[in-house]
Amino acid sequence: MQNRNGLLKIKNLVKHFDISGGLLDQLAIEKGRIVRRRTTVKAVNDVSLSIMPRETLGVVGESGCGKSTLARAVLGLYPPNSGEIYYQNKRIDNLTPHKMLPYRKKMQMIFQDPYASLNPRMTVKKTLEEPVFFHNKSITATQVKEKVAEVMQQVGVDPQWADRYPHEFSGGQRQRISIARALTVDPEFIVADEPVSALDVSIQAQILNLLMEAQEKRGLTYMLITHDLSIVQHISTSVAVMYLGKICELAPTKELFESPRHPYTQALLSAVPEIGRKKTEHVKLKGEVPTPINLPSGCVFHGRCLYVNDRCIDEPPRLIRLDSGTQVACHGVEDGRL
Amino acid sequence: MSHLLEVKDLEVKFALRFGELTAIDGVSFTLDKRDRLGIVGESGAGKSVTGFAIINLLSKPGYISAGKILFEGQELNRLPEEEMRKIRGNRISMIFQDPMMTLNPVLTISTQMVETVLAHQDVSKADALDIALEKLKKVYIPSPEKRLSQYPHECSGGMRQRIVVAIALLTNPSLIIADEPSTALDVTIQAEIMDLLLELCETGDMGLILITHDLAVVSQVTEKVAVMYAGKIVETGSTEAVIHYPKHPYTQGLIKALPGSLQPGSRLNQIPGMMPTLTDIPRGCAFHPRCTISDTVCQMEVPALISVGDHDRMIACHMVGKTIP
Repeated sequence: MQNRNGLLKIKNLVKHFDISGGLLDQLAIEKGRIVRRRTTVKAVNDVSLSIMPRETLGVVGESGCGKSTLARAVLGLYPPNSGEIYYQNKRIDNLTPHKMLPYRKKMQMIFQDPYASLNPRMTVKKTLEEPVFFHNKSITATQVKEKVAEVMQQVGVDPQWADRYPHEFSGGQRQRISIARALTVDPEFIVADEPVSALDVSIQAQILNLLMEAQEKRGLTYMLITHDLSIVQHISTSVAVMYLGKICELAPTKELFESPRHPYTQALLSAVPEIGRKKTEHVKLKGEVPTPINLPSGCVFHGRCLYVNDRCIDEPPRLIRLDSGTQVACHGVEDGRL
Repeated sequence: MSHLLEVKDLEVKFALRFGELTAIDGVSFTLDKRDRLGIVGESGAGKSVTGFAIINLLSKPGYISAGKILFEGQELNRLPEEEMRKIRGNRISMIFQDPMMTLNPVLTISTQMVETVLAHQDVSKADALDIALEKLKKVYIPSPEKRLSQYPHECSGGMRQRIVVAIALLTNPSLIIADEPSTALDVTIQAEIMDLLLELCETGDMGLILITHDLAVVSQVTEKVAVMYAGKIVETGSTEAVIHYPKHPYTQGLIKALPGSLQPGSRLNQIPGMMPTLTDIPRGCAFHPRCTISDTVCQMEVPALISVGDHDRMIACHMVGKTIP
């Protein structure tokens, strides 16, 4: 890709899910003959991007755009159908589970729902100690204990509560514990999938502050998946906007919010309600998001775009780099129409 | 002048085995015809319970233990269930958060809509179908004739919520209570649903109570707002005044905690601690352990909701006149 020193690089990543079910489900009658047909959900289609060290890349999009699939594919939780993932210039998407181990320590994940992501039958101590032991077989019990206490302190959970179970904590506290779990192995790169969307506003601010603090202290790199644009605007350095499994715009945060180029980004930004702003005229899109099972031809956004022409219907746009640093996949921008 | 809806010192309790919990503690507000009121608060503040109490849908062990709910001159909390049914879903409609849960998955849209009309109006089935069609058009559903014969699962999330709004409109209610109507939806669809609600209130003769946790949504749709904390209204007034010049420390904290008002990358202003659970609401002002300007009086006495300065602006805080102008 364009950047040789990116911490994480994704090249032409594709992830499709086969949902056709058993053999009998796949059979259909067509013109008097029995045919077998597979159905696939095309969740991520040809995504390329790179994340610089200490950067926060926000990935935004509406439900079903493939942002969570992208996050999981990056960590190897879903094997990609094609494409390559590089971590510090080493390819990691084709490694055996054993060879992947050292990378697992460097790459951690924080999930959306702290009620589902913590094992209800494990005490906080057990939850936090397990990854430390797993990744450092030689470590002594006292060292682990110290490490866990230190991390708990850092995320604002009293180490004295280590013997409690997750149900004894509130949602915000639980999310702190899942952040602690990610931090105990001293990772370099964290994927956070909607880390605050299950939390109330006043707690959201606490968790976002915690994430920003940890990034400063530990020099972390984040990939932040969210649907909340105001959060992205606040803590990301760059933003990727996804639509139907494709990146339609990738830009430095300031650039994206000040001058969005892709028609979809424009519509998305105008739909965000802003406090203190009266009812505004937002860009109304035509129709609805098509299913990722039958992707539209050409530009995936063409059916809803206000500036569509014949080229958009026939030819998928490539991600092109503009002088402002913005990368955008739109024929309209490429042709100078927009 | 009589109000469309008047809630007076409403108190809702939940009778549990180990004692009673007070979910709503002395909530009062009024709503006139065509008013749009927002009720905001975090989870557990009692905003949804308030909505349910108005239409008498509290399920056991919850019950209204004190207070009055007057709607078009009738005292709702004293009405027998039979009478209440003539109002609920007829004069007052409710829209819930998740449209998939609201709609019956095994009945077609037309069956569900016709059923609602026939339950409240003495019309023929054909007329009921006409009314249904008319309302679907009103909420801008493309090819409404086709939609009528479909099942909920054949529609997208945004479309389903439009259908739910259309069902709420079937009986031409004078009040709609919308409980987090857009929380389960994407932003672009949220914007469409909010536009729709706003338009319906402005063109129709309808009042709206919008229950939500989202201050931004409230500021776009409503004229009045009530901020709730731990079962009480802590601040109320015109939406513009409350959003731009919040006075209660909790409202101030909520607004400041939102990203967007700050330099990107800077620390957000967080409110320390969390909302108390109903089992241990602090003595005095329920917010005092999290408050930055609390005093000894805050720990002892519950502050009353008193009006300050401008008309209909009220705030429940001991520090009014001291730290707060």
